[in-house]
Amino acid sequence: MTTMTVNDAISVALAEEMRLDPTVMIFGEGVATKRHDLLAEFGAARVRNTPLAEGIIAGTAAGAAATGLRPVVDLLFAPFLCYAMDEIVNSAGKLRYISGGQFKFPMVVLAMTGAGWGVGAQHNHNVESWFVHSPGLKIVMPSTPADFKGLMKSAIRDDNPVLVFADIALGYSAGEVPEDADAIPLGKAAVRREGRDVTLVSYAKTVGTCMAAADTLAAAGIDAEVIDLRSLKPLDEDAILRSVAKTGRLVVVHEASRLCGVGAEIAALVAEKAFTSLRAPVLRLTGPDAPAPASFPLEQAFVPQADAVVAAVRSLVAEPATV
Amino acid sequence: MTIRPLDPVQALERMMLIRAYEETLIDLHGRGRAAGTCTSVGQEAPAVGVVSALTADDLILTNHRSAGHLLARGADPGRMLAEVMGKQDGYCGGKSGSLHISAKELGVVLTSTIVGGELALATGVGLSRTMLSKPGLNQPGIVACFFGDGAATEGRFQESLNLAAVWKLPILYVCENNQWQAFVHRKETMLADGISGQAAALGVESAVVDGNDPLAVFDAASSAIDTIRRTGKPFLLEAMTYRLRGHFEPDDQGYVDKAELAHWRDRDPILCLRARLEREGRLTADGVAAIEARVRAAMEAATAFADASPYPGLDALTTDVYA
Repeated sequence: MTTMTVNDAISVALAEEMRLDPTVMIFGEGVATKRHDLLAEFGAARVRNTPLAEGIIAGTAAGAAATGLRPVVDLLFAPFLCYAMDEIVNSAGKLRYISGGQFKFPMVVLAMTGAGWGVGAQHNHNVESWFVHSPGLKIVMPSTPADFKGLMKSAIRDDNPVLVFADIALGYSAGEVPEDADAIPLGKAAVRREGRDVTLVSYAKTVGTCMAAADTLAAAGIDAEVIDLRSLKPLDEDAILRSVAKTGRLVVVHEASRLCGVGAEIAALVAEKAFTSLRAPVLRLTGPDAPAPASFPLEQAFVPQADAVVAAVRSLVAEPATV
Repeated sequence: MTIRPLDPVQALERMMLIRAYEETLIDLHGRGRAAGTCTSVGQEAPAVGVVSALTADDLILTNHRSAGHLLARGADPGRMLAEVMGKQDGYCGGKSGSLHISAKELGVVLTSTIVGGELALATGVGLSRTMLSKPGLNQPGIVACFFGDGAATEGRFQESLNLAAVWKLPILYVCENNQWQAFVHRKETMLADGISGQAAALGVESAVVDGNDPLAVFDAASSAIDTIRRTGKPFLLEAMTYRLRGHFEPDDQGYVDKAELAHWRDRDPILCLRARLEREGRLTADGVAAIEARVRAAMEAATAFADASPYPGLDALTTDVYA
């Protein structure tokens, strides 16, 4: 077992996969400058700096993926994906289907997302649901170094375009990573804490928020189950439904804004498939429908906090049983 | 390298096949049997000239006016028609329609109908050619990327040439300057007379050629390809031509200057080459009649094939989304 940060876990995963497969490469603005270990080991052909042009970076990845390489591209901050939307959504996501299955697109798009650095709205925007809504893509948003490593490895090995969002506040958070750990399959949620009274579903940094809330709730005699989705697409529907069937209550927590967010999908899923299990309404705690502020206290207030999760759960547990 | 000559009579027959294919499609659309299409009538010379200069190892990226490029590459007109009619035996199982036909078996990758999309992907295909080329291969494959003057007004044009130049990617950029950008004349959207002038600023060598003369295009393309194979660097070939029909069938061309259209109709690449070959005694009236009969028979067979092909089963709706 080794302790490492999320940023290190991403680099370790990249290095291991590049060792295993000579077609894996990485490019993006400043990639060769910042990931000098990779540059030193794999050389300038496989670790490349690019111009500051997200569209051509993503398009190059799509073209390369279609013709035999497995590129990983670092597009830096998630809002910059707007510049690469055409290449990711219209090309990488659609061209397999359009071509009748002739081509595949084994590429990974890395981007940092979320509050934590006070970088303001054009650098901080949780855009994951845009891509969940686009066919042909897979979306990963882990919360621990071990998951980052394992899911990066799966993302690189996957024959489809996978977007890996790295919550900026988690970058320097450390955790244990088993040295012999291999890929973690996409589409499998992790139960971070077992519980009987309420299900807290989350991903990325708000998993920690939910864990903190669960501690407080436990002290009050309320037993919360915490599910870390890890993959948003494919979504582990079974893990959500299994938990709600047990607890009868659901709170979904994420930092992205509420309207058409991932929480809306999960609430609808539970309404469709586990309605009779519910003992209380499904609640969502999300960021506001506003651009992210730069001011540190405002930025922190943007993110759902543990006390809000506790309050939401208390309101549910106080609801009279419906069955 | 030795440039194998282009047989002008064969070039004429190939251009006539492309014209007949698109006229067949227009007729089928008029009778409600195929969706509308973007034709390349008048632009057959760059398609036949450039594609004839490629080898089987070279790859092609193209755009929504792709029929000429595909047929010049040897695509089966029956499978092309079947694709446009949404039939199972089309190159993409009916999922592409007329706008995005690709054919891996012919090295035709990723036809993009987002204007400029092919420019964004071409660098990636060029990159994979570079990264995956076998040592000792004396003629590594190049990538030919066809786009129009409309795409050249997109930022991706500059981004693509810039990255290809910096990374020394073996890409032949072929601008078919057909003077039209959907319903807008080129002169309304750009002040320069052509787009090749931009290449030098990006460090890309370029040439301009009469795009209505397939033999001139072939010579220019062969020379450009030779340069690419020698230097490993990209090259831009601008073929000055004209879109003789409207943007999207049906289109009454009410917005087109009559004198300009008449001028270019007099320069119709098929009529001009035929007249020249007859004048030079290389083609007789009987020879022309024989070509016409072969082309007509090919289109009758193609239509019969497409007619007989079934529509895909409805399960195809959600197949080929993921690899």
